[in-house]
Amino acid sequence: MSTYSDDHNKFLKKLKREKILIKITQISIIIVFLILWEVAAHYELINTFLYSSPSKVFKTIISLYSKNNLISHIGITIYETICSFLIASIIGIIVATLLWWNKFISKVLDPYLTVINSLPKVALGPLIIIWVGASTNSIVVMALMISLIISIINIYNGFIATNESFIKLMKTFNASKMQIFTKVILPGNVSTIINSLKINISMSLIGVIMGELLVSKKGLGYLIMYGSQVFNINLVITSVVILGVVSYIMYYVISLIEKKFIK
Amino acid sequence: MEQSVLKINHLKKIYHDKNGEVEAIKNIQLDVFDREFLSIVGPSGCGKSSLLSILANLEKPTSGDIEFAKPNLKIGYMLQSDSLFPWRTILDNCLLGLEINHSLNDTTKKRVIELLKTYGLGDFIDKYPSSLSGGMRQRVALIRTLATDPDILLLDEPFSALDYQTRLALSDDVYRIIKNEGKTVIMVTHDLAEAISLSDRIVVLTKRPSEVKKIYNIEISNKSTPINNRTTPEFSAYYDKIWRDLDVHIQ
Ligand SMILES: Nc1ncnc2c1ncn2[C@@H]1O[C@H](COP(=O)(O)OP(=O)(O)OP(=O)(O)O)[C@@H](O)[C@H]1O
Ligand SMILES: [Mg+2]
Repeated sequence: MSTYSDDHNKFLKKLKREKILIKITQISIIIVFLILWEVAAHYELINTFLYSSPSKVFKTIISLYSKNNLISHIGITIYETICSFLIASIIGIIVATLLWWNKFISKVLDPYLTVINSLPKVALGPLIIIWVGASTNSIVVMALMISLIISIINIYNGFIATNESFIKLMKTFNASKMQIFTKVILPGNVSTIINSLKINISMSLIGVIMGELLVSKKGLGYLIMYGSQVFNINLVITSVVILGVVSYIMYYVISLIEKKFIK
Repeated sequence: MEQSVLKINHLKKIYHDKNGEVEAIKNIQLDVFDREFLSIVGPSGCGKSSLLSILANLEKPTSGDIEFAKPNLKIGYMLQSDSLFPWRTILDNCLLGLEINHSLNDTTKKRVIELLKTYGLGDFIDKYPSSLSGGMRQRVALIRTLATDPDILLLDEPFSALDYQTRLALSDDVYRIIKNEGKTVIMVTHDLAEAISLSDRIVVLTKRPSEVKKIYNIEISNKSTPINNRTTPEFSAYYDKIWRDLDVHIQ
């Protein structure tokens, strides 16, 4: 550090100050929002039966926690999401590799992937319940429908967009296809793969919630569904808030992984 | 000098794609001598890169063949773009060829480190390519090619991506490196001055489909470094003659 010039230190300080300012602003926005919401509810500017309020949400969280086993609802949703995320990531990388490896297969499958990808997956929900049964499995399958194809497509597109001249260079050294894959395609696509993991975790969560809305007896999606059926809007809003926090935490974990891989 | 390392026999190359076929090379007949610096010049699109790709065995000729004087001659191909992998350090980039043909060991690694040090890249061994200038990157690409200790070097417009100053300086460097290491070189270039100042012989190709139009032995009486060669009287005489051969029309 001591080797930097004064100017550079000033520059670093400025960067740091800017970063702190951004954080403070972000936190202030949430706080202001919560205060406005609470105040509006308190002075009955909004109907708390329909729009709830931060303090009601907080009370609901406490009571869910003590009476309704909130942790296990959150746990099951996270568990299903992680299952779907892991399966989609692993199969996604394997299938993308196969497609890259064999041009014939990729050309044959191309229109199928496009069609399946553009199909609204919700439409398949009822079928999956019939085929797989109303269980955790069917929720994971539904989440997979949403996350898998997009993972395959993203990773495969990264693979085929690899710089042609890198591959030509490998060929000048008589590299085998396996060597081209391990020395160029994979290391050259670390950021593509991590980006697709980020998309994948959101897609998996969307799929899980969709699945839970359709079938389950447990999970955040179930709480939302149940709340709306008994017209307990406070419960619905609380569940959505928890869902937001959960999805942020999962996204955050992936970006920690990203920092580890991309320096 | 006059011992040939490879013979190109009646080489023909036709490319096929769905829009039709392109005859890139009609008939090339050429001997390449041991340890010579041979340049190939010719109009754009006449098949120079194709010729190198065939020599490097990246493509098959349509007909004709390449006859090597000795079996197992190693060929090193330096592509036009430096193609340094941004995720590898300079040293690891240079070790790529050795890794691929499973000959990376302490001795070969040491040799590469020595090469990097000798040619002014010692401070950058553990740096990443993004911290290098264009001229340095090109030198790394050359050392990466030299790392596998090839007998014959193929260079495809090695300096074309650089500005004029760097180009002059680097061509001196490259000339020195190649002469030190005692390699046979076949270089493709667009730049006549570069070809004349570096080469022992220059092959002029016709426009596509190409054939050998003329071969010049470059005899410069006070031959020294490429930059100095440019100031000799022979230089401009050759420049004039070859320029006429290239028969460039501006349309
Ligand atoms: N893989 C390919 N498929 C089809 N046509 C090709 C292919 N490679 C080259 N050609 C064609 O063959 C001809 C010769 O190409 P090549 O790249 O060898 O020329 P070049 O002399 O190196 O040109 P330049 O001076 O512009 O680098 C061109 O007309 C090109 O379009
Ligand atoms: Mg070319």
